[in-house]
Amino acid sequence: MITFENVSKRYPDGTEAVAELSLEAPDAAITVLVGPSGCGKTTTLRMTNRLVEPSGGRILIDGEDIRSRPVAQLRRGIGYVIQHAGLFPHRTVADNVATVPRLLGKDRRAARKRSMELMELVGLDLAFADRYPHQLSGGQQQRVGVARALAADPAILLMDEPFSAVDPIVRKSLQEQFLQIQAEVGKTILFVTHDIDEAIRIGDKIAVLRKGGHLAQFAAPRDLLEKPADAFVEEFLGLDRGVRRLTFISASGLSLHTDALVKQGVEPTAGQLEQPWLLLVDDAGTPIGWIDPRSPNAAPIPIGHPFIAGGDSLRAALDAAVLCPTGWAVGVDEQGHAVGVVSQEEIAVAIREAHRASLEAV
Amino acid sequence: MAATGIFDMPSYVQSSYLGLVWLQLEVSLGATLAGLVISLPIGQLCSRLPKLYPATLGIVTLIYSIPSIALFVLLIDYTGESETTVFIPLTLYTLAILVPGVVDGIRSVPRDVLDAADGMGYGRIRRYLTVELPIALPTLMAAVRVAAVSSLSLMSIGATIGNYGGFGDLFLLGLRFFDNRLIWVGLISLLVLSVLCDLLLRGAQRLLTPWARSLRGAS
Repeated sequence: MITFENVSKRYPDGTEAVAELSLEAPDAAITVLVGPSGCGKTTTLRMTNRLVEPSGGRILIDGEDIRSRPVAQLRRGIGYVIQHAGLFPHRTVADNVATVPRLLGKDRRAARKRSMELMELVGLDLAFADRYPHQLSGGQQQRVGVARALAADPAILLMDEPFSAVDPIVRKSLQEQFLQIQAEVGKTILFVTHDIDEAIRIGDKIAVLRKGGHLAQFAAPRDLLEKPADAFVEEFLGLDRGVRRLTFISASGLSLHTDALVKQGVEPTAGQLEQPWLLLVDDAGTPIGWIDPRSPNAAPIPIGHPFIAGGDSLRAALDAAVLCPTGWAVGVDEQGHAVGVVSQEEIAVAIREAHRASLEAV
Repeated sequence: MAATGIFDMPSYVQSSYLGLVWLQLEVSLGATLAGLVISLPIGQLCSRLPKLYPATLGIVTLIYSIPSIALFVLLIDYTGESETTVFIPLTLYTLAILVPGVVDGIRSVPRDVLDAADGMGYGRIRRYLTVELPIALPTLMAAVRVAAVSSLSLMSIGATIGNYGGFGDLFLLGLRFFDNRLIWVGLISLLVLSVLCDLLLRGAQRLLTPWARSLRGAS
């Protein structure tokens, strides 16, 4: 656990980067510091490994003041990942990953073995071990950065915009993989980003900071979206916070219509002809497209994308319905076989229901 | 007085051919090395305190512009007619090349690399020796090569204070004794030696910075 107690940072010229920040980053969880530029999020992170010294307050790790240990020892016990990875250009990938174990006095062979384990953990081909960083893509370099930070198995990881410098597709896959790794290693992570979507996607807890280093709100992502503390947080969350909130509500509560499914080559029953739309599926149950019962010979209308009935969120279901010209969403199982369909209107009812339930829970 | 072979030196040269090669290398490369040893801390200081750099650059350039004869005359009272009298000006001249080389080299180390090194718990000295210096090496070595070759050539003027000009002695003696062969032998030897030194330093640089080789290949 990382505890900030009234931590401040004022520079000699009078600018206040962080003001009386009190915060507790829980163990084995990702705590995201998010806010516009100049909100002191990076300064806060860098105070944790003493790259910046606070001008007031204290920072504790598991109850122990970070100043009670020699600074090099403190830093070697904390993983550090930065935006452009900051890999050593003159060392191979394996040597980069082995940096902290080597600093801690591990012998070359053991450190290399550890490097290989970590490269595997972060999904890097072992063929990269003896290449130099500049021979890797940005996304691969960032993986090396994460592997290097994890090499000495620190309890704490500090990450400063680690995925901001790569393109959106690579970023998404890095984020997903990062969450998988975290599920495996369970580190106490402090993660800085300016991207609220990233914060919501990966954070267990989110600290929203405003200019001058004031904490605007500290909450779990869902609470943040449901109950922003003030107008600043609300604006920072953006216009679609209502829709984004649905990410945290399961679609499993939707009641799906199963009677709208028609197998290819099978005549619809009389009852099915009353339906507004029928979903044509193949023999295995994979959806092919929508057909209008009143003009059964027209080409099927594509369904867009389906949602996984048992696993996806209401947001995915709503998105599926909004994207499809018929206004209906197709629920599938894990194998991609259709299990039923649901309309926009029915999803809207479920959303209102969920909203009411969360208001009553307060 | 006629010599039997190209590399046989007449008696007034007061040194064998190999003796000249040795003196040439000892003084020129020694001066380059000494210049490097002086430039490293100066360059480090200038890159840490950037305000110092323009003034420092001004000073080393000013030194470079002092005619070597003037320096010899000033030094000869203290160090006599000796290698040292040639060595000191040569060393001072290399600073004009090596100090900017060191500064540019250190500046070529990316900011985020230093940040990562600090964040992982590198000490000052370890960071300097194992991160900054190796990354600065390609830039630094380019300056060392220029300094070495320039010293080899500048040293010739040492002939004016006795026999301390290496191959430069041959130019002056060739002139005095009307022996063009000596001048040609000196000139060609100096050129060949310069090229060999440069190649050798280039080779050393390649061995020391395998990563930079693939960097060039990749871009």
